Amino acid sequence: MSLNAPSAPAVDERNPLPRDTPGDLKRPAAGPASDRTLRGTVLNVFTHGILLTWAAMVVLPLAWAVLSSFKTSDEVLANPWSLPATPRWENFVEAWTTAEIGRYFVNTAVVVTLGSALTLSMGALVAYVIARYSFRGNRAVYYLFVLGMTFPTFLAIVPLFFIARGLGLADSLIGLAIIYSVYSLPFAVFFLTAYFRTLPAALAEAAFIDGCGHWGTFLRIMLPVARPGLVSVGIFVVLGQWNQYLLPLILQSSPDNYVLTQGLANLAVSQGYAGNWSALFAGLTISILPVLVVYLSFQRQIQAGMVAGALK
Amino acid sequence: MRAGSRGFIVSALAVPVILYCVLVVSPYAQSFYISMTDWNGLSPERNFVGLANYTRLVKDGVFWTSLWHNVIAVVVIPVGTLTLGLFFATMIRVGRYRARGGTLNVRGGAFYRVAYFFPHVLSIAVIGVLFANVYDPTPSGLLNGLLGVAGIDPVNWLGDKSTAYAAILAVIVWMSVGFYVVLFTSSMSAIPVELFEAARLDGATRWQTFWRLTLPLIWDTVQVAGVYLGIHALDMFAIVNVMSAAGGSGGPDNATQVLGNYLYLTAFSDSEFGYATAVGVALLLLTLLFAWVSLRLTRRERIEY
Repeated sequence: MSLNAPSAPAVDERNPLPRDTPGDLKRPAAGPASDRTLRGTVLNVFTHGILLTWAAMVVLPLAWAVLSSFKTSDEVLANPWSLPATPRWENFVEAWTTAEIGRYFVNTAVVVTLGSALTLSMGALVAYVIARYSFRGNRAVYYLFVLGMTFPTFLAIVPLFFIARGLGLADSLIGLAIIYSVYSLPFAVFFLTAYFRTLPAALAEAAFIDGCGHWGTFLRIMLPVARPGLVSVGIFVVLGQWNQYLLPLILQSSPDNYVLTQGLANLAVSQGYAGNWSALFAGLTISILPVLVVYLSFQRQIQAGMVAGALK
Repeated sequence: MRAGSRGFIVSALAVPVILYCVLVVSPYAQSFYISMTDWNGLSPERNFVGLANYTRLVKDGVFWTSLWHNVIAVVVIPVGTLTLGLFFATMIRVGRYRARGGTLNVRGGAFYRVAYFFPHVLSIAVIGVLFANVYDPTPSGLLNGLLGVAGIDPVNWLGDKSTAYAAILAVIVWMSVGFYVVLFTSSMSAIPVELFEAARLDGATRWQTFWRLTLPLIWDTVQVAGVYLGIHALDMFAIVNVMSAAGGSGGPDNATQVLGNYLYLTAFSDSEFGYATAVGVALLLLTLLFAWVSLRLTRRERIEY
């Protein structure tokens, strides 16, 4: 098959297309139609074989976790692929209540909702002012925020831990949301500034002429127009904050204020000692399934939004 | 400038800029000073010790081990992820180009992209807990269970020094590949079909088409992706903290230790805040070095098409 063909002949550096392909030249053109179809089929089987193998490698661990969440702890230890004798729905009740996954879940939802709302509102405001108003210090404000993207968060955690404690932001859900939002701000400001610059200046001009004030122009004209940009940035911000692990680990000291990631990691250690595997897998499934549902409902927007962000 | 714009600018920027300075800028600024003190976090006084923390760092074997592991991650994760990502994207994108004479997606291409991408939206902590169980040393773990079917004895993936770090790196590659498959299929779809048609008429093999046509045309995207992956590979904290032996020790015997986790343990387990911050400064230098090297290496030579 062509995959095993000898390596390419000489090629002009500036022109990536092969100039002469002796031998190869005749093969596809001369081959009878039926031969080509056969080769196409073989190739297709080969392609699908490889693609399906990776799909299985992605799906199997997740399916295994869901399957295990319906088993007793003894069944989990027996055989990774045995089916449970009876599906144990009570595992989920136990994980949700006794293992407190429910509390962690609600905590995470509160922190991420508040945190990403704060990120987007502050980010849009700052970005709009930087992109649309010229004033002394405009560049300085921009670089102040953008520089924050290049620093590793690790460098900040020791002083941040003490500052947050001093301000009463440590070990509080609202405090965590505020801290999430300022650490997401550089990213939001960077992308939204670029976005606001692409919007026509005439829009704001027209609004001013119609008697809109500065705030009115921003809130009623520019924000709605910038919606696609806000959605793109929002997807990144929500995912980033939902997945955050380092900040809650240092800031949330009482288990009542744990978020899902740290609660689950904590559960993994404690249930491992207790040998309560069924609750652990039920907790894992509870952490995976809602994300799967949201992902499947919005996968087109999520993929398009994230890929567009990476290509910019 | 319109009337009242000064007032608007001030009122719009005040809250975000103050919050940002107090909670982000000031911790970064303070950390340079704290790294030159012997602060233990408990006592209010901290003594200025100059560069003592840094000289201790240079002699610290665990620091160098962690640094080395970070460097390995920065090389292995981008190379592994980009290779697999390009491979699968090519499979999806041009899988049928010979059979159909065009660059149609392979049948089921949408399904593959949806499935491959999914781990990317899960949190690293969740994936870490999942894979700690996949790698369980007994046959009840998924991987050892599958190996058992093939008659291979169980391997203590995360407990053995020789396999632990490779097992963790594999998880990061596993979760990252999907994003790059989607990224590369969409940048490949921007290449005009006529170019593939021309290559086909010239008798180029699939292998040649990939190396001489597809890859050069999406090279820009590949480079950006490599820098992204490299910067994320400098982190590694969450996955090591969740997966490594004994609740995030970076073990066994520092075999999976990375700078982020070493910093965390030094600060919040050993209360050596001054020394931990010096590790943070080293991590910053490593990040800047990586950024500088990747800027030097990724020359912008865009091919127009």
